[in-house]
Amino acid sequence: MKITFPELSLVLMIGASGSGKSTFAHQHFLETEVLSSDFFRGMVSNDESDQSATKDAFEILHYVLEKRLAAGRLTVIDATNVQKEARRPLIDLAKKYHFFVAAIALNLPESLCHERNQQRPNRQFGPHVVRNHVRGLKRSLKNLKREGIRYSYTLNSLEEIKAATVERQPLWNNRKQDHGPFDIIGDVHGCCDELEQLLRSLGYEQQPAQGSPDSFWHAPFYSHPEGRRALFLGDLIDRGPRILDTLKLVHNMMAAGSAECILGNHENKLMRKLNGRNVKISYGLAQTLAEIEAIDADRREQDSQAINAFLRSLISHYVFDEGKLVVAHAGLREDLQGRGSNYVRDFALYGETTGETDEFGRRVRYNWAADYRGKAVVVYGHTPVQEPAWLNNTIDIDTGCVYGGRLTALRYPEKETVSVKALKVYREPSKPLSTPEEKDELSAQQINDDVLDISDVLGKRIINTRLYKKITIREENAIAALEVMSRFAANPKWLIYLPPTMSPVATSKLPGLLEHPAEAFDYYRQQKIKTVICEEKHMGSRVVVIVCKDEAAAKRRFAVEGEGIGICYTRTGRRFFSDRSLETELLKRVNTALEAANFWQTFETDWVCLDCELMPWSAKAQGLLKEQYAPVGVAATQGLSAAVDSLQKAVARTAEKGTAAETLLQQYQQRSVLAQKYTDAYRQYCWPVTTLSDLKLAPFHILATEGKVHIDQTHQWHLQQIAKVAKADPEILLATQHKVVEVEDEASCLTGIQWWESLTAAGGEGMVVKSIDFLRQTKRGPIQPAVKCRGAEYLRIIYGPEYTLPENLDRLKKRGLSRKRSLALREFSLGIESLERFVAKAPLRQVHECVFGVLALESEPVDPRL
Amino acid sequence: MLLTIATTHQPATELGYLLHKHPERCQTFPMGFGEAHVFYPEASHERCAATLLLDVDSVGLVRGKSSHRSRGRTHERTFDQYVNDRPYVASSFLSVTLAKVFGTALSGRCKSHPELANTAIPLEVSIPVLPCRGGEDFLRSLFEPLGYSVTSQTSPLDDTFPDWGNSQYLNITLSNTIRLSELLSHLYVLIPVLDEDKHYWFGEDEIEKLLRHGEGWLKAHPAREPITRRYLKRKREMAETALAQLMEGEDPDAAAEAAAEGWQKLAAKKPVSLNQQRMALVADVLVQAGAKRVIDLGCGEGSLIKELLQNRSFEKITGMDVSYRELEKAKRRLKYELGPMQQQHRVDLIQGSLIYKDDRLRGYDAATVIEVIEHMDLDRLAAFERVLFEFAQPPVVIVTTPNAEFNICFPALQPGSLRHQDHRFEWSRQAFQDWAKGVCDRTGYTVTFQGIGYNHPDFGTPTQLGLFKKATAHTQNKPSETVQKRDF
Repeated sequence: MKITFPELSLVLMIGASGSGKSTFAHQHFLETEVLSSDFFRGMVSNDESDQSATKDAFEILHYVLEKRLAAGRLTVIDATNVQKEARRPLIDLAKKYHFFVAAIALNLPESLCHERNQQRPNRQFGPHVVRNHVRGLKRSLKNLKREGIRYSYTLNSLEEIKAATVERQPLWNNRKQDHGPFDIIGDVHGCCDELEQLLRSLGYEQQPAQGSPDSFWHAPFYSHPEGRRALFLGDLIDRGPRILDTLKLVHNMMAAGSAECILGNHENKLMRKLNGRNVKISYGLAQTLAEIEAIDADRREQDSQAINAFLRSLISHYVFDEGKLVVAHAGLREDLQGRGSNYVRDFALYGETTGETDEFGRRVRYNWAADYRGKAVVVYGHTPVQEPAWLNNTIDIDTGCVYGGRLTALRYPEKETVSVKALKVYREPSKPLSTPEEKDELSAQQINDDVLDISDVLGKRIINTRLYKKITIREENAIAALEVMSRFAANPKWLIYLPPTMSPVATSKLPGLLEHPAEAFDYYRQQKIKTVICEEKHMGSRVVVIVCKDEAAAKRRFAVEGEGIGICYTRTGRRFFSDRSLETELLKRVNTALEAANFWQTFETDWVCLDCELMPWSAKAQGLLKEQYAPVGVAATQGLSAAVDSLQKAVARTAEKGTAAETLLQQYQQRSVLAQKYTDAYRQYCWPVTTLSDLKLAPFHILATEGKVHIDQTHQWHLQQIAKVAKADPEILLATQHKVVEVEDEASCLTGIQWWESLTAAGGEGMVVKSIDFLRQTKRGPIQPAVKCRGAEYLRIIYGPEYTLPENLDRLKKRGLSRKRSLALREFSLGIESLERFVAKAPLRQVHECVFGVLALESEPVDPRL
Repeated sequence: MLLTIATTHQPATELGYLLHKHPERCQTFPMGFGEAHVFYPEASHERCAATLLLDVDSVGLVRGKSSHRSRGRTHERTFDQYVNDRPYVASSFLSVTLAKVFGTALSGRCKSHPELANTAIPLEVSIPVLPCRGGEDFLRSLFEPLGYSVTSQTSPLDDTFPDWGNSQYLNITLSNTIRLSELLSHLYVLIPVLDEDKHYWFGEDEIEKLLRHGEGWLKAHPAREPITRRYLKRKREMAETALAQLMEGEDPDAAAEAAAEGWQKLAAKKPVSLNQQRMALVADVLVQAGAKRVIDLGCGEGSLIKELLQNRSFEKITGMDVSYRELEKAKRRLKYELGPMQQQHRVDLIQGSLIYKDDRLRGYDAATVIEVIEHMDLDRLAAFERVLFEFAQPPVVIVTTPNAEFNICFPALQPGSLRHQDHRFEWSRQAFQDWAKGVCDRTGYTVTFQGIGYNHPDFGTPTQLGLFKKATAHTQNKPSETVQKRDF
C-alpha cells in the first residue's frame, strides 16, 4: 500500500502494544521525527514501561510536539493511540499549528502482539492489556475521519506492513523552488483594458488565441519574451466592465505558463454561487453574473462549469523563492505561511477584523502587517490604497483601479512598482481610499513606528550586519542599555547612529611615552594599507549632529514633529545640550552654513547626519571637571607642596647630604611639577561658554544624506566637503587639520610623526589615524576604522598626574587592546548598519536595534581609559 | 597625603618617645597600598613636629597589584580611576596608617615615658588637604566638643575658573591639650567620617573598631549619631547596631532625636511620611476600584508592592522598573514580606520601559504610575501615553506626581529648583490636569483628581493624583480569535 499525506502532517501510529509501531516508524521516518511515548517514559522515570510515568511523559511529549509543529516539522507519534482521549490533544495541537493529521493503524491479531510482547523482557504484562488495545483500535478505526484525521491508512497483516511505502507530498502552496521573476498584479476587478495596458507596459506581448475556437477560453493572451510571469493576487472579477475577458486572459496566460494566480474572496463567493449556494448578490457580483447571463443560453451552463473548474483550481496563497516571497489576496501572518487549513485559507482571503466598526460602519481590519516580523516579503491586495507602501516587509498593491485609481504591478525581485491609471471610475468607493500621505504626510511605516516594541530589543539578540556578519548582544548588556535608552536617550526617531568606541595605538616602546604615531603606521602597514590620513584629534566632546533643511524635512524623513530642525546628541544618545535654545541656535547656524555652501543641492538631500567633536570640553564635562579633574588638581598641588615644605624643613635641620629625607624631597619636588603640568593639561580644554560663538563644532564625517551613507568616499573627501561648509561660518565651524601619510615611505611617516609632535607640543590632544578609505574589508572582516594616538601631556588627564614616573609608566605600558579593538569593530559595524538601514527606509525598529546594540556593547567591561 | 603632629610640651623632642620614632631619622614603612614615611621638620626643645607622609600607589590600586585588590572587594568609586584625589588627601588610608605606624602611641603605651603618655600635653595637628563633606561647620561640630580649637581654610577648585567655586578640601589645624593616644583615636575615627568614604570593604568588625577607638569619648559626643552613620558609610543596619551597643541602657530614640537636628531632620522625615500616605491612598483607591490584578509601573524598590501585599484582595501584583538594580533591591526587600511559598506567586518583578509598547502590560485591572512621569523627559510623554493608554489600556490607571506649587513650602528648596536631581519637570496642578485631560480626549479615559498630604490653602498638597478610568467600551479591542468573513 502506498501511504501518502502532506509534508506538514502529524502522523499518529495506532496499534496495540507489540504490533510493531516503533519498527515501522523507524523504517519510514527520520529518527528525530518520531516521538515515542516509551522514550519519554524512560526519560522521566528511567523505565520505559513504567506506566505511572505516563502522565509526565505525555506532558513532555506534547511540549516537544508543539515546538516541532510551530517550526513546521512533520512529526510521528509512536504511542498506542488506541483511545480517542489520547488522540484528542494531539489532533488539537496539529490544528493549532495548521497541520494535517494522518493515521497509520497496524491492525494485527491479538495473539501475535501478545506473543511478541512475551519475548521482550520489559513487556511482561498480562494478555488483557493487549486485548484492551486491540478492542480500542477496532472501535477507533471507524471514527478517525470524524475526529479530524484527513488521511488514515490501516495495515491488516504482516505482509501489508512489509509492503507499505510512505510518501510525503508538498503542499499546493509550496512553490519555494520557483524563483520567478514575477510581475505581481493587484485586484483587477474586470478592468481588462487597464490590465492589457499594464501588461504591455511591463513588456508582455499579445499572443493569438489557441485551441478550439469553440472553447469558452478561446481568446488572445499575453506572454513575456524574457519568460517573466504575471502573478495575480485574486479578485479578477466583479464590479468592472470586462470580467469574463479578464478571467480568459488570466486562464490562458496560466495555461501558457506565463502567469500564476491565487484566489480572491470575490472568486470564492462566485464559486459558491455557481455551486448553487444561496449567496447575497452584492459587492459587484451582479456584474459578473450579468456577463454570464449574457452568454448564449445553449452554452451558458457548460461555460459556467468551465469557470467554476478554473476557480476551483486556484489556491489561496503561495510561498515562492526559497520562502522569500509570499503572496495572498489579503496577506498572511508569518505563522500561517506555507500551512494549509481552513483558517489559513480564510485569513488569506479575508484577513481578520478587530471586532470594531469605523465611522463608515465597516468592520475595522486587524492590521496584521503592523505586527509582521517575518523574513518573507508579503505582497497582497484586497484593501484599496492610494499608494502602495511598504510596511514591515509587506506591501498592499491594490490601488483601486475599479474605483478610478490605478492598476499596479510589483516587479519581483526588483521590488519596483509599475502602474497604469484607470480609464474611468467604474464604481464609487464606499469610503475614500485610505491615504496615509494625505492624512498626515507620514508613511505607513513611520506611523507604525511611532512607538517601538520592547520585544524588539529585550533579551539576548543577534544582529546581522553587512560589515561584520552576526553581532551578539548579551542579555545583561541589553538590560543596561534599556535603562540608559529609556531614562536618558533622546527621541529614538532621531537616533540613527551611535559612534563607535576607538582603540588607541599599540603601546609605544619608546621610553617616557605611552603612545606614539609609529605604532599607528605599523598597524596599517600590517593590514596592507598604503595610505593613511592623520586627523587632528579635537579635545572636546563627541556629538552627532542631525540637521534638516527645515521642520518639514524633519517630519518627512525622521517623523519627528515639534522638536525643531535637528538634534545634537552624545555618544550615548542623550541630548547634548540641556539648554534647548542654545541647541536650536547652533542647529540654525549649521543649517545656514550648509545652505550657503550649497550643500542641499550638491548632495540632493534635505537632511544630513554629521559626526563631530564639540569644543570646549568644559561645555559638556563641567560636572566631571568640578567633581574629579579640578579637585585632583588642587589636592595634588596643595598636598605635594605641603609635603615639599615639610621635607625642606627636615632636610634643613641637618647638614648631612644624601639622607633619606633629601631623596624623598627630590622625589616630591618632581611630583609637585607633574601636578602642575596636570592642571595645565586640563585647563587648556576649558573655557567659559556664555554665547553660541564660544562653541566650536568640528565635523569630521558626513555620515549620511538622503539615499546615501558616505562610506564609499575617502576621508579626504569628507574633510574637503566639510571644509567647504566650515568656510561659510568660520566662527563656529572648524575644519579639521589633517595630513596624508604613505606608510611604506619612511620620510612620509616621519613628517606624520613630526606633525603629531608639533600638535601635542602646542597642547593638542593628539591625532587619529585612519585608512584613507572609509571602509576597508579583509577576509576576517573590517580593519580598525581609526586608531587614536594621544599626546603625552593629554594622557595625564587619563592616567593621572604622575603617570610619567618610570615606576608608573612601566606598569601602564602593560595593557591589552584586543577587547577594545574587537568592541570598536563591532560598534563600527553596528553604526554603519543602522545608517544603511535608515537610508534604505527600513522600519525604525531595525535601525533602533543597531543603535540599541551599540549602547548595549558600551556596557561591556573594557578599560575606559583605552 | 600628610599629617603633622606638633607639641610645645617641654622638652618637645619627647614627642619622639611617645611616637616611637626618632626625631633625627626619616623612616619608611611599607603599607599594602604604598609606603608611609615619618620625619621631623622641627625638633627643638621648645617645639617638635613629626610628619606622617603617605605615598598611595594609585596605579597599583587600579591595576590590582596591591594586597587590597587581591581580596577582590575594593571600593569601586575609589579605585577605578587613575585620576583620583586619594593619593593626595587625608582619608581612611591615613587611619589605617596611623594604626600601623603609630600603633603603640594610639594604644597609649610608652615603655620609656609611661607618665607622659598618660598626661595631657599641648598638641597641634595640621592636615593640609582634608576632604570634608559637610564643610567647616561639620568639622567644628566634630572636634570642638572634644576641646579642640579649630582653624581651617578652603581654597578655590581652580584659580583660573573662579566660577567653579571652592573645593571641599580644608587645610586644617587642630590644637588641644590632650593625651596623644586620645588625639590619635579622634583622628582615627573622624578622618574617614569627614571624608565619608572607606577605601576597603568592611564587615562586622568595623563596628568593633569604632567602639574600641571611640571608647571614652564617642558615647558622650553630641554628634555621635552622624559620626556612627558616616563611619559605617550609611549602612543603616550596622549603624543601628553600633548605636544600640554604644548607648546600651539608654533610650536610643531620644538620643537619635537629639542628634538629628534642624532641616536635615525635616527633610529626612517629611518625604517618608508623605510616601506612606501616598502608598496608603493609592492602595485605597485601588481597592475601591475593585482591582485584583495590579501592575506598578516604575516600582522602584517596591514600596507600593509591599503595601498592596498587606491586602489579600490583590491577587496579582506585578512590579516593573527600567532599572535592574532597583528590581534586585525590590526582590531582596520583598523576599521577607513574601515569606511562605503561597505568597510568592502573587508578585512578579519585570524589567521594562514606559516608552516601548509591551504586551506584558496587558491583562491587568489597574496600572499605577507613582512618582514616575516626572522622571521622563517631557517630549517622551507622548510615547508613554500611547504605551499605557492606547496599547495596554488597563481599565484603571493611577498617576501621581509632585505638585510644583507646594515646593514653596519646602524651606530647603531653592525657588525654581526641583525636588530631585533626576526630575525633568514638576507640574502645577493646572499643568497636570491639562495633560491628564488631553490624555483622556485622545484615548477615551475619564479622569478625577485628588491631593495627597497636607493641604495648603493656597498651594494645595505636595503630591497630586489622577485616577483614570477607561470609558466602558461597547466594542472589544482585542483582535478577535475567529475570522469574520466579509467582502470588501
